[in-house]
Amino acid sequence: MRFRYELEGGNFSRAGYASSEIKKTLKQLSVDPKIIKRIVVALYEAEVNVVAHAWRGEVLAEVDAEKITIELKDEGPGIPDIPLAMQEGYSTASAAVREMGFGAGMGLPNMKKNVDELIVESKVGVGTQVYMLTRFS
Amino acid sequence: MKVSELVNKLHLTLFCGEGGMHNEISGGYTSDLLSDVMGNAEEGMIWITMQTHQNVMAVATLKDMAAILLVNGLKPDKEMLEKGESEDIPILGTTLSAFEVSGKIYSLIDN
Repeated sequence: MRFRYELEGGNFSRAGYASSEIKKTLKQLSVDPKIIKRIVVALYEAEVNVVAHAWRGEVLAEVDAEKITIELKDEGPGIPDIPLAMQEGYSTASAAVREMGFGAGMGLPNMKKNVDELIVESKVGVGTQVYMLTRFS
Repeated sequence: MKVSELVNKLHLTLFCGEGGMHNEISGGYTSDLLSDVMGNAEEGMIWITMQTHQNVMAVATLKDMAAILLVNGLKPDKEMLEKGESEDIPILGTTLSAFEVSGKIYSLIDN
């Protein structure tokens, strides 16, 4: 099964939609609730990252009997230093985004903790691609 | 303890989400950082916060939380209220501070 969702920079009302839809699908497939929770945490953080930093982006998810792979591709400023961005507490979020309770520098670390594989690739001034894989057992 | 019992004991305001008044509260988490809640809160907890926007509802729904409690007399903003009306997660309010109400809820759940 394949799914595609669109994200728009600055549109926080849409952040969480893909996570919510994927959660419903995985529940219907009777995936272990503990694993669903981890996937949802990672995907929500990834969605918020696109909305908070990029201009637009998309979520592409593929689910089969053993695993889910989720790719997020955005057009945006990119990440100049990925290891630095992976550090807990490091954030480049705007004051407005921080005021909403985001931008604590926990997004990428939360993603890393909650998936089996995380790959982040980025080109400054072009955009960022995030690949996450989670096995169901 | 059920959400409805907590509402009665602490005289909390119910803004919306009446359908979730029978939700069982397993514990609580007090935080205004959404990623902190996303990463550390657990299913069935009551979330005590002063954030009043729609993303609070999104996080609470994704985490299957029992209820949201807004402190310091704060009210949910229009979008949060609209989102809240379609979910069975009550949005509650108190004039107490996060510190005071967390202490009270902690001792109520503990007993």
